Amino acid sequence: MALSREQMAQRVAREMQDGYYVNLGIGIPTLVANYIPEGMEVMLQSENGLLGMGAFPTDAEVDADMINAGKQTVTARIGASIFSSAESFAMIRGGHIDLTVLGAFEVDVEGNIASWMIPGKLVKGMGGAMDLVAGADNIIVTMTHASKDGESKLLPRCSLPLTGAGCIKRVLTDLAYLEIHNGAFILKERAPGVSVEEIVAKTAGKLIVPDHVPEMQFAAQ
Amino acid sequence: MAGFDKRVYSYEEAMAGLEDGMTVISGGFGLCGIPENLIAEIQHRGTRDLTVVSNNCGVDGFGLGVLLVDRQIRKVVASYVGENKLFEDQLLKGEIEVVLTPQGTLAEKMRAGGAGIPAFFTATGVGTPVAEGKEVREFKGRQYLMEESITGDFAIVKGWKADHFGNVVYRHTAQNFNPLAATAGKITVVEVEEIVEPGELDPSQIHTPGIYVDRVICGTFEKRIEQRTVRK
Repeated sequence: MALSREQMAQRVAREMQDGYYVNLGIGIPTLVANYIPEGMEVMLQSENGLLGMGAFPTDAEVDADMINAGKQTVTARIGASIFSSAESFAMIRGGHIDLTVLGAFEVDVEGNIASWMIPGKLVKGMGGAMDLVAGADNIIVTMTHASKDGESKLLPRCSLPLTGAGCIKRVLTDLAYLEIHNGAFILKERAPGVSVEEIVAKTAGKLIVPDHVPEMQFAAQ
Repeated sequence: MAGFDKRVYSYEEAMAGLEDGMTVISGGFGLCGIPENLIAEIQHRGTRDLTVVSNNCGVDGFGLGVLLVDRQIRKVVASYVGENKLFEDQLLKGEIEVVLTPQGTLAEKMRAGGAGIPAFFTATGVGTPVAEGKEVREFKGRQYLMEESITGDFAIVKGWKADHFGNVVYRHTAQNFNPLAATAGKITVVEVEEIVEPGELDPSQIHTPGIYVDRVICGTFEKRIEQRTVRK
């Protein structure tokens, strides 16, 4: 069966390491914060200028001056720091973030990503996504493997305007975990109960299937 | 005003000299840390054909969104224009020009503008529509775009506390683009929640040194919240 949003977040959480500075995008990536393994310390960066994002506030703690990049009210954890947007993107562009997780519309075999613009629809802007994909070395893209109509989002070449070129090496979909090397997707893990055949059928870009494709393991809740 | 006393006592005085066709750089992220009253004063003055440089353009009826009502804005430079009906309308009718700019590039454009650096190179946007018409140079085997910096005729800034010297501190994530905007205005106007006595602000804790600031005014703020999210 295809993974739920929560299961995708749990799988991504397995990539966390103690002492990591992590930027989580909006949507499924945000949920990853709920599955950080027990006993592991991770600092979440929010690109509006907060390193060390804490839990959502209680009603009494709500503060209009304390938000995350999704404009949600948040708190700061102990050890947090707050700074300007220029400082925030210096961290991002300078390669100081250990792991970035973000969503996408399409990814291709060259590691290109399209996530911000669908021609013909109103364009609202790229926000910080272009800086994040250009600056981070360790990026995981989370997205559904195919559209509702069954169109693959893992392509030979992105059809939409790019967010970044040649910058994606790892993709987690609701069906599989894949890596991108030398112009191909490499199938590393499949969602429990999902067949290799289904993944092959729903991957439009070149896909390399190793002899053994293990079922995905999740972070303990 | 005498010496280093930069206080003004009316919003009219705070925005004096703003004319049609000028460029205004604004601090704020979404509705957080926006100079609410300075924006309201621009609306009140009816200044037109403005170029507005800001991460976002407010929402319907609040923030920079109020300047759309009477079509005061000709061009917006922003990273995310968000959920704003009037803005969409004017964009689709071609009444307003939008230059979408990656958020980190926008921040650096302001920082560089204020620091006297006319342009810089960034990997952000290489191979994307943002790169169209821009010079690309290779450094250490990687491609970078040349991005030009931004300065404004006015910068409008929201601080937490200031003294009459124009030294400013910001509160929490209401800092965002504000200290960058503050450096990049020919005339920089800061509105704050409190103007404190000289000497009260710790010199080593100042976010924006007074040299960047031309006018300081004390205001009251609505501080609207866009996404109120709480835990039980």
